[in-house]
Amino acid sequence: MSPDPTLMDEARRQIEICNACRYCEGYCSVFPAMTRQKAFADGDLTHLANLCHNCRGCYYACQYTAPHEFALNIPAVLADLRVEGWERLARPQAFARLFQRHGVAMAGLLVVVLALFFWALAALRPEEGAGFYAYLAHNTMIAIFIPAFVLPLALIALSLRDYWREVGGGRVRLAHILSALESAARLKNLSGGHGDGCNFESGDRFTDRRRLFHHLMMYGFLLCFASTASGTIMHYGLGWEAPYPLWSAPKLFGLPGGVMMVAGATGLVWLKLRADPELGAAQVWGGEMAFVLLLGAVALTGLALYAATGSGLVGPLLAIHLATVMVLFLVMPFSKMVHGFFRLAALVAEAGKSATAGKRA
Amino acid sequence: MRDWPATFDLAVAGGGNAALCAAITAAEAGASVVVLEGAPKPYRGGNSRHTRNFRCMHREPMFPLTGRYEEEEYLDDLLRVTKGKTDEELARLVIRLSEQCLLWMQAHGVRFQPSLSGTLSLSRTNAFFLGGGKALVNAYYNTAADLGVKIAYEAQVRHVHREGARITHLEAEIAGQPVTVNARAFILASGGFQADIDWLARAWGPSARNFLIRGTPYNRGVVLRDMLEQGAESVGDPTQCHAVAIDGRAPKYDGGIVTRLDCVPFSIVVNRDSERFHDEGEDVWPKRYAIWGRLVAAQPDQVGYALIDSKSIDLFMPSVFPPARADTIEELAAQMGLDPQALRRTVDGFNAACRPGEFHPTELDGLRTVGLNVPKSNWARPLDTPPFYGYQLRPGVTFTYLGLKVDSKARVHGADGPIRNLWAAGEIMAGSILGEGYLAGFGMTIGTVFGRIAGKEAAAHVA
Repeated sequence: MSPDPTLMDEARRQIEICNACRYCEGYCSVFPAMTRQKAFADGDLTHLANLCHNCRGCYYACQYTAPHEFALNIPAVLADLRVEGWERLARPQAFARLFQRHGVAMAGLLVVVLALFFWALAALRPEEGAGFYAYLAHNTMIAIFIPAFVLPLALIALSLRDYWREVGGGRVRLAHILSALESAARLKNLSGGHGDGCNFESGDRFTDRRRLFHHLMMYGFLLCFASTASGTIMHYGLGWEAPYPLWSAPKLFGLPGGVMMVAGATGLVWLKLRADPELGAAQVWGGEMAFVLLLGAVALTGLALYAATGSGLVGPLLAIHLATVMVLFLVMPFSKMVHGFFRLAALVAEAGKSATAGKRA
Repeated sequence: MRDWPATFDLAVAGGGNAALCAAITAAEAGASVVVLEGAPKPYRGGNSRHTRNFRCMHREPMFPLTGRYEEEEYLDDLLRVTKGKTDEELARLVIRLSEQCLLWMQAHGVRFQPSLSGTLSLSRTNAFFLGGGKALVNAYYNTAADLGVKIAYEAQVRHVHREGARITHLEAEIAGQPVTVNARAFILASGGFQADIDWLARAWGPSARNFLIRGTPYNRGVVLRDMLEQGAESVGDPTQCHAVAIDGRAPKYDGGIVTRLDCVPFSIVVNRDSERFHDEGEDVWPKRYAIWGRLVAAQPDQVGYALIDSKSIDLFMPSVFPPARADTIEELAAQMGLDPQALRRTVDGFNAACRPGEFHPTELDGLRTVGLNVPKSNWARPLDTPPFYGYQLRPGVTFTYLGLKVDSKARVHGADGPIRNLWAAGEIMAGSILGEGYLAGFGMTIGTVFGRIAGKEAAAHVA
């Protein structure tokens, strides 16, 4: 399926005006990438769209926003293009259309999955097992979650391959990946270029809150991921099965990770409620909000599950927690979750493109 | 206005860079200040919102400036562009004080960035605002608001009421309602008159009605005229404005930076009758772009057409709108409303006058035409490689020179000496220093330096 021509044309119109000005060059990676060309193919615009972190610095600095007749709104048009691209490159597209746009769809899926887990806990209750394995055997969990994790990732990989072709990404070198990881690890593109942050929730004033809350979310998520990974290693490699004590890798990663995710999700929800929806992809506001809430719910139920250790609440809390994790996995290719994959790919592509342009110059 | 005091310490007419520098300086000194911005909020900031840098003296590298740029070199640059039409005392004052502006601006929220791509020649002399002038204006409005400065938008000052050597109050219209603004001191920082087309037409001639105005439509010179009618001392040629050749498809007002066209040195430029009228390759573009506004203004219908072929399309900054494009000169002429045969003759004549040689887009390459009445002295290459491209050119007015004469304390003078509680800053007085021509980034320097002087003097007056 080819890109939406109306949206592409509007993005092209705006980017061509933008490229004749260049006052915003220092804000983020989008502008140096823009100045490499005069004419913009669809793939170039897709590339710029995925580089954009929606910090909105360029919107508030722009001389040409409405009511000016040029009516530029670069953060919004790039956000629309980004969301359209994720939807177009997803398979099946209908799922992306549903879950990206409609928070209600995600909530509905959660209800269904929740019911399934309550049923599973009742029907598949093992004869023996410690901690939450008393409710659902380890092997059963693995049998359910491995495909639910791997298949969505495979779908994302296919989308990324198409994306790479569309934007004309070149050969990937280690230096490009390192540069992209560094940029993502520091959220360099939300620094505003000057380090004061972005214009997300306080109009034309800069704040670092979005970077802070995103860091809490991202690093919290990675810690939780490390918690799960270390648990897997301990289970299979060391033969040491859950439940794990407080002073063990899964808990030492998972506890702070969970707390950080809850704090991050709370902050991101608060920011999103304050931010002007007209400077982002307004049509996916509900889906994005539901996704942040889902991440918060994953962490919160995980923490609650730990807090409930030994009590009668473990069963229902386990069902709820596993349901949230399952929904998170299932909607990965169709929700805001893909932004991490696409943006990292865009940063890698940009590192390559700027290196090539530098050599040519 | 419900939270306004009956009388402010200071009322500032205008809401651009100079007005805000004045308001912030006075508020920091403890004065209660009101800023009367004529534009609605989205258009606040006057012409400052279209600027991108200020010219700054410095004796050693300081971010974002490279190298050194000292007083004498700065003054030489100014004398060259103004052909001596400057007040040397005031000029030196602005230049010296520009050095401390960089840190002051940063302390008040302005952020800088390295010289933009395509402007490397300015990296030593001009400090670029990150995000441009509107980002600067936003930072100053936020700083002013944090200091308790009251800001009124759509607040157009109609009359500055003078009694003897004192100003008593301003008569303004705020969001359509008449309002009297009482204060003990007043600063006029409301810009020039370049958006008043009738005034331009009276001063320049009727052809000014075909000019485009690059900046804000709100600089109509109402305060300036009111002061001149009350006998304030003036400076600057009342008939002159600074104009450059810009994209003829630009909006009538507020097209700003993107409407510039840097293609002239690589083009042939013809008029409505398909005739060339000036040497397009006289000098490097930064030294020549300012004369083309005037050159195009002198042509029939105040219009020009810059034509290039595909060899040159990537040699200059991108244009805001795509150029006209055709595979033959005749087709291009038809697209642009020119006579195909006449344009063909001009192009053939030009092509025949070109000589082989080495082409260097970034330096004077001496690639000149031979035997033409209107020669092209550099970068003269035949237009022979389709597709051909064309841009319509129109004069775009940046600012006017007529202003209030001020002294080194930014005081405005009447026939019998300085008015005791009135100061001026920014474009409304820039003619005191910039009598002719323009030096990139100097308008913002004058505005910042004189805004701060005016704010300081006014605050001291009411203290």
